[in-house]
Amino acid sequence: MEFLQPRSLPDALAIMAERPDAVPIAGGTDVMVELNFDRRRPEAILDLTRVPELGAWDRSDGGVRVGAGVTYTRAIAELAGDLPGLAIAARTVGSPQIRNRGTIGGNLGSASPAGDCHPPLLAVGAEVEVASAGGARRVPIDEFFTGPKQSALEPDELICAVHLPAATGPQQFAKIGTRNAMVIAVCSFGLALDPAGGRVGTGIGSAGPTPLRAGEAEEFLEGVLSSEDLWSSRAPLGEAAVARFGELVAAAARPIDDVRGTAAYRSHALGVLARRTLGWAWDEHRTGRS
Amino acid sequence: MRVSCTINGEPRHADDVWEGESLLYVLRERLGLPGSKNACEQGECGSCSVYLDGVLVCACLVLAGQAEGSEVVTVEGLAAGDDLHPVQEAFVEAGAVQCGFCTPGLIVATHDLLARNPSPTDPEIREALAGNLCRCTGYEKVLDAVRLAAGRGLWTATGDPSGRGLPSRSGAPGTRGGDDAGPRAGEAGT
Amino acid sequence: MSAPAAPARQPFAPTAPVTGGIGESPRRPDGTLKVKGEFAYSSDLWAEGMLWGATVRSPHPRARIRAIETADALTMPGVLAVLTSDDVPGRKTYGLEIPDQPVLAWEDVRYQGEPVALVAADHPETARRAAALVAVDYEVLDPLVDPEAAMAPGAPPLHPKGNVLRHIRIRHGDQDATAEVVVTGDYEVGMQDQAFLGPESGLAVPDGQGGVDLYVSTQWLHVDRDQLAASLDLPPEQVRITLAGVGGAFGAREDLSMQIHACLLALRTGRPVKILYSREESFFGHVHRHPARLRYEHGAARDGRLVYVKARILLDGGAYASSSTAVCSNAACFAVGPYDVPGATIDCAVVYTDNPPCGAMRGFGAVQTCFAYEAQMDRLAAELGMDPVELRLRNAMGTGTRVPTGQAVEGAAPVAELLRRLQAVPLSEAPPAGALDLRELPGGVSNVTHGEGVRRGVGYAVGFKNIGYSEGFDDYSTARIRLSVVAGEPQVEVHTAAAEVGQGLVTLQAQIARTELGVERVVVLPADTQVGSAGSSSASRQSWMTGGAVKAACEAVRARVLERAAAKLGSPAASLSLRDGEVVADGDRGMALADLLAGEVVEETREYHHRQTQALDPETGQGEAHVAFAFAAHRAVVDVDTELGLVKMVDIATTQDVGKAINPQAVEGQIEGGIAQGLGLALMEEIQVVDGEVRNPSFTDYLIPTVLDMPPVRLDVLELGHPDSPYGLRGIGEPPTISSTPAIVAAIRAATGRPLTRVPVRPEHIVGVPAPESRDRPAAGAGRAGPPEGGDEGGDGSDPDPGSAVSEPGRPDPARGFPTATQAPLDPDRDGG
Repeated sequence: MEFLQPRSLPDALAIMAERPDAVPIAGGTDVMVELNFDRRRPEAILDLTRVPELGAWDRSDGGVRVGAGVTYTRAIAELAGDLPGLAIAARTVGSPQIRNRGTIGGNLGSASPAGDCHPPLLAVGAEVEVASAGGARRVPIDEFFTGPKQSALEPDELICAVHLPAATGPQQFAKIGTRNAMVIAVCSFGLALDPAGGRVGTGIGSAGPTPLRAGEAEEFLEGVLSSEDLWSSRAPLGEAAVARFGELVAAAARPIDDVRGTAAYRSHALGVLARRTLGWAWDEHRTGRS
Repeated sequence: MRVSCTINGEPRHADDVWEGESLLYVLRERLGLPGSKNACEQGECGSCSVYLDGVLVCACLVLAGQAEGSEVVTVEGLAAGDDLHPVQEAFVEAGAVQCGFCTPGLIVATHDLLARNPSPTDPEIREALAGNLCRCTGYEKVLDAVRLAAGRGLWTATGDPSGRGLPSRSGAPGTRGGDDAGPRAGEAGT
Repeated sequence: MSAPAAPARQPFAPTAPVTGGIGESPRRPDGTLKVKGEFAYSSDLWAEGMLWGATVRSPHPRARIRAIETADALTMPGVLAVLTSDDVPGRKTYGLEIPDQPVLAWEDVRYQGEPVALVAADHPETARRAAALVAVDYEVLDPLVDPEAAMAPGAPPLHPKGNVLRHIRIRHGDQDATAEVVVTGDYEVGMQDQAFLGPESGLAVPDGQGGVDLYVSTQWLHVDRDQLAASLDLPPEQVRITLAGVGGAFGAREDLSMQIHACLLALRTGRPVKILYSREESFFGHVHRHPARLRYEHGAARDGRLVYVKARILLDGGAYASSSTAVCSNAACFAVGPYDVPGATIDCAVVYTDNPPCGAMRGFGAVQTCFAYEAQMDRLAAELGMDPVELRLRNAMGTGTRVPTGQAVEGAAPVAELLRRLQAVPLSEAPPAGALDLRELPGGVSNVTHGEGVRRGVGYAVGFKNIGYSEGFDDYSTARIRLSVVAGEPQVEVHTAAAEVGQGLVTLQAQIARTELGVERVVVLPADTQVGSAGSSSASRQSWMTGGAVKAACEAVRARVLERAAAKLGSPAASLSLRDGEVVADGDRGMALADLLAGEVVEETREYHHRQTQALDPETGQGEAHVAFAFAAHRAVVDVDTELGLVKMVDIATTQDVGKAINPQAVEGQIEGGIAQGLGLALMEEIQVVDGEVRNPSFTDYLIPTVLDMPPVRLDVLELGHPDSPYGLRGIGEPPTISSTPAIVAAIRAATGRPLTRVPVRPEHIVGVPAPESRDRPAAGAGRAGPPEGGDEGGDGSDPDPGSAVSEPGRPDPARGFPTATQAPLDPDRDGG
């Protein structure tokens, strides 16, 4: 096994061009488990932790560009204001040790349907910036996940950053686990309200072969909010609308039974999470207080 | 390959390291530092917790080569000769050590917590130690030990807590120290 | 009267009083090493020229081995040996009660993960690669995985004598009694795992003369040694075991794991061999707690007095016997609970299946039955319209009550007192709504509720169990005490083979020596087979048995010392005692012990046996089978998110009679740790086995409680003594695991109204979401023993095999017979307590 440790992004990309079989590693919270357990024996492993470009984030164009190497700990500490949904999700990850190493880019790279960052990214319509030696491109998050642990990344590409709009309204994230720490989501739900654009964004985790959006639920709610002019009146949301939103979110999921939970429970739980997070987000929109 | 880094303040290197070895393996099997433990090797138990450039991590999840040129501090680096570090002393006194397999990881994690937050509330202690599993104690006396160590007031909120040349904490992120109000329902977290 | 001239008094020199005797909580002697990371666990051992061993395991639960090809593995550079069953020189099987378990399988494979071959190589990675190259030709067969099917007439026998390993019948009192009020219930307990943190590991060093020294984590050195000697075909003296540092045990180290394997490889290669299991391998490398199905019928009078209890209990023993026959007996003996019941009809059977082998785990059969009988007591209370604690008080056992096996309980049996004391502990107030910290709510920072749907519930349970071994087994422990003078000070060396597994036995041995001999400096030597057997660190027996042996040997040393002092001082020995490093005559200083010994050594070895017990009658189950009993009660307070089925433990209170607390801090630590394991069984721990295959052999999906799951524990420790034991102590390690689980489930029932007849309780049970339709699945991922992919946050909510279901009761849950939750959220005053 070869260990490769580039010091710049161009160097990293050059290596990927030459060795598309090289497995990138940053925080190691997924890759090392596979190595330690003998589940993977790559010919080459590409350490990205010395590539400074990947660890930076900055604001531009009303949005935030988060480098792939930004850890969960940093997301919580530094991005909670701009990206509250992502910060809530980052806080639910693992443990301090895991949060100090796990990265947003790594979460995307593993492309697990259970990745905690994915629902907030879906809910805000993020874009994944990937690059190869031949250039960079942006992949809309809706197109990024192509199957269980499969993404739209080409073999010679690396994830460089994620572009998210800065929050213009309340965001929420909720995750079900059967233990209070260090637990892979049984299911999870992300929600983002965009009053300026009149938009509602959702993201469902661990209830399908990929993270999913609840498109029908979004359209339904957007319709209610705009037709009743609720965005500006800030009147309370009717119970029926909240309930319907929950039903539509649950219906958008494609869960299965596995060691962590049953499909029926996942559907049920998503409905509950959808109703509750909507209630909290709408209350925040109404009162300006979280 | 050769891996060179500073371990507990001393320059060390290991030769003939297989590229797929973890930092934990190198510490335990090549550098004679078996204090960090191998209870799961998948980041679920925290028994391998060490500092990597001032940041609390699971050594089993760090590839050996990733530690090249870094500063590593393990449980073996916390005592000063025969004098136990106050966190270590508190763990023994409070009865927080039974089989002790989780103890090194808990001690490093506690050391990290108190360095960032010298007077943590109980919920803060629990959240900070959530990555360290213990099967013997039920955690009660672990909490007693953390409170005991915190109560002895040996830390300032910044800088090297032990005065023993631990790596500086520049660039080391963490939760905001000293803010003991937990997140209100609906907040994004501190 | 005239007396001979007394010898001149020694000049007065104040002596430091000896501290750290019984009743105190002195520092652990191994504490400093453990916190420095310098304590040598078996997984830390290293020797010059050491090789690494790896084990080839069957991926199939049931198969016949047609051939094993080792050539490819042997020719790999760095590989020094590849062994199969043919290479076992002595007895090819081992076992605690019945030697039915192959050292290495040679014909039949009976469980997933069964060892088939061994490799020794110069690097663990090489050993793993080589193990993968050992080609085993399996004829894969269908596993027999349903214990009821295994018991049925005509079931294919998995072992020569058939599938029912043991069936205990207990017939106590009137077998035809009727009662005005009858409640029945079916219960299920899932397979819990001990999940100790220190992986199975050890180092075998050949001595160059045909023998071997083994440094290993284990619970009973001599029983390991005897099995090793049998399989290695060596006389016992040539197999020497030293206890290496143990990272927890909880029953999982009673059976052999890698001991014979490492010794075989060491003797073959002539080099030290270390074997160290990964966490995943560990899940296959030790026995688990017996899953149980229990059917109960309780009959009572209208005033709540129990008339009879009928129980039918089926334990799934898995592939090999381990200690199943004893677990079966325990479950049967403790099937009714700490109650005075005139009639009992108990049938408890343990069967072989092709599931993972089950054996000892803390609580040993009494855990499973307590879950069922305490649920029954709550059902009965609801049926009678009576408070659940009141019902228990009405039926509480006391001193002299006869257990269903006929034995009268000696000494304190404070069941009623434990419950009353628990009731008197004030319930903590619910936090005011609106000031909620996420971390106080179900789900915590995962942010699933801000108080919506949360209801509080309170539940009580009480349980008991035997202390020590039963049914006529002549259990004993041995201690060697050596008193000498070192650097002018008296010193005691304590040498036993007792396994310190974390419980604090090393501390306790020193405390006893200090108290009995009045000497401060005590050294507890490493446990090894150079001294007689100490028995197992299990059955909550060590403080009693090894404590008893240490006490007896100290008494023997003291007697000799005082004889010598009597001669020197001219006082009768009966008037002399040892205190604070001195011989004391009637309270006045006599002479310094160091001076009395004057460079000589006094050494004594003693065996301590408990009083005799009897076997159970095979037809009626009657007999004086137990040494003693221990009692504990728990009260749990939970907040339940009733819409999501998530539970937050608010607090747990316990009362327990420990007889005498030799080390109060260690007593508390054991109680708190036991409660955590009970909590795990209640809420999250289960080895999920489908078609004989383990679905979750990792800490990612076998969840044990974190510090965020454990609530504060409120302890009330009683010291009511015991007529027979050293210092009046009772064993303490197991009772905390017994009634904690049912108390927690009772609290959840109170909050939700759900009957919850199975542990661990899952969110879907609380919410009442229908279970999957069928439990029969095609063999999923055949041959692959791995967990779902991915590590922590990267892990996978999807399983490539759509058929892998969690086992569930699958029957509708009528809320009949249980208190229903009121509408008020978080109201601590409302409710079943």
